[in-house]
Amino acid sequence: MGMTLTEKILARHAGRDAVAPGELILAKVDLALGNDVTSPIAIRAFRSLGAAAVFDRERIALVPDHFAPNKDIKSAEQVKMMREFAKEFGVVNYFEVGRMGIEHVLLPDQGLVVPGDLVIGADSHTCTYGALCAFSTGVGSTDLAAAMFSGEVWLKVPETLRIVLSGHPAKWVEGKDVILHIIGEIGVDGALYKAMEYAGDGIEHLSMAWRFTMSNMAIEAGAKNGIFPFDAATKAYADGRAKRGYEVVTADPDARYAGEITVDLSELEPVVAFPHLPENTKPLSQVGNIPIDQVVVGSCTNGRIEDLRSAAAVIRGRKVHDGVRMIILPATQEIYLQAMREGLMETFVTAGAAFSTPTCGPCLGGHMGILAKGERAISTTNRNFVGRMGHPGSEVYLSNPAVAAASAVLGRIGGPDELG
Amino acid sequence: MSSDSALRGKAWKYGDDVDTDVIIPARYLNSSDPAELARHCMEDIDATYASKVSKGDFIVAGKNFGCGSSREHAPIAIKASGASAVIARSFARIFYRNAFNMGLPIFEAPDAVDEIEAGDRLSVDMERGSLRNETKGKEYRFTPIPPFMRELVAAGGLLNYIAKRKKGI
Repeated sequence: MGMTLTEKILARHAGRDAVAPGELILAKVDLALGNDVTSPIAIRAFRSLGAAAVFDRERIALVPDHFAPNKDIKSAEQVKMMREFAKEFGVVNYFEVGRMGIEHVLLPDQGLVVPGDLVIGADSHTCTYGALCAFSTGVGSTDLAAAMFSGEVWLKVPETLRIVLSGHPAKWVEGKDVILHIIGEIGVDGALYKAMEYAGDGIEHLSMAWRFTMSNMAIEAGAKNGIFPFDAATKAYADGRAKRGYEVVTADPDARYAGEITVDLSELEPVVAFPHLPENTKPLSQVGNIPIDQVVVGSCTNGRIEDLRSAAAVIRGRKVHDGVRMIILPATQEIYLQAMREGLMETFVTAGAAFSTPTCGPCLGGHMGILAKGERAISTTNRNFVGRMGHPGSEVYLSNPAVAAASAVLGRIGGPDELG
Repeated sequence: MSSDSALRGKAWKYGDDVDTDVIIPARYLNSSDPAELARHCMEDIDATYASKVSKGDFIVAGKNFGCGSSREHAPIAIKASGASAVIARSFARIFYRNAFNMGLPIFEAPDAVDEIEAGDRLSVDMERGSLRNETKGKEYRFTPIPPFMRELVAAGGLLNYIAKRKKGI
């Protein structure tokens, strides 16, 4: 019987010819990662095993990005624990402030994740690397500890939901809108325990940045992973970066899927997710008058250079509305530098926006833009749960970077076409 | 699932899609101390839970419990709050793994969930796979825990399981 992309990658890493949905396997991991929130628990668990070494010094990545640069004393202690652990066990891929970035943008950009990989991370958005035709999924700190020790992870082989994309997206429609549309259609548990696998000729119109955004939010549909097939764009991205050799995996023509949904990209308009779930989506034209206090452009979902370019193109020569704070967070130091070189940083600062060092910061209500009671933000991030960006009485709306930037100018949620 | 296979307590009832940000808000994730996390458990949807929960109580919820982040702080906070188990229609997958890896029992029991009201007295027999609503005098069966999960629990959690396996090679 044929296998899906996910089944093939899992079989390879379990040393098996084939696997089928529902099977429990023990699989080798190519990379295991943690951040400053999840690593301390993993490190304590790892130390409790009394191990003398990690399974592979080059296949662990520790990235302080959530509350770093350290927002308070407790956060500083957590990062210190990571730093000392990395030094003691010779973990090569520890990324210090000033050389770091948001883990899910940084690691693929650095070539530490390559096509065909099996990656686990103690962060739910580890599924981002599916864009590279890799299997990657979020786990907890104990799973990370076990993987740092053994180089293995237990996994249940998921059923695969096939998502067939066709057509060319209209202007202002980005990867974010495609994934928000899908989540709106199937719900926040629409792909629970499943793999999402993209297919169809619409994929060729999706840049790697957009694919990363779409794979990133697979977890927001409850999915285990969200994977794209390998194509010319994947190859172009990987070949300049890959720190390891890679093997291209393809789905078999007779692979079995648990279901199929189709999306005609040409029919979509920008999508906005209303509080307090990513599934509460509306097309931009049906949003109505929603005044905002804050705009955030950044995160592992939309903090790439392409996202900053999109927002900058909208706001160039315009001003952030009097009643709005706009905060831009490039996802990595490299993107920060590139934004500076391209003049994007100047565009944002001239418009009256704040330009931050890389951090997850406000996305999870950590720091760098926390909302007060009753305040409302539109954000390019991934979750709009109760209290996600601050006070439980605040609200978060999710959108693509162009819509976020247009909203910053308008002082209410709106699209670039309204700017005239 | 031996001596502690019988659990007893009252129900704390919540709705669908209870996410990890309300189970333990990110503003408290600069600590991983169980007692401190427990003090803020469920704070953003139920400010009374942490102070009023009694040892052995159950969290009962709808579909997709624990959706959102991978923070193991969520099952840690629930366990440290004194709750003995979570009973839901379904669980988000990372929360599901984390709960077992941490030794917090969780059960999918859709029928029971629909009929349980806040404050009902419940008892759960993990070995038999049964749940009794003592307040309403009704009994339910729940989806048995898969054998692999029982192995994890029997080994004393994931870390012990992996360590034993490594030695065996």
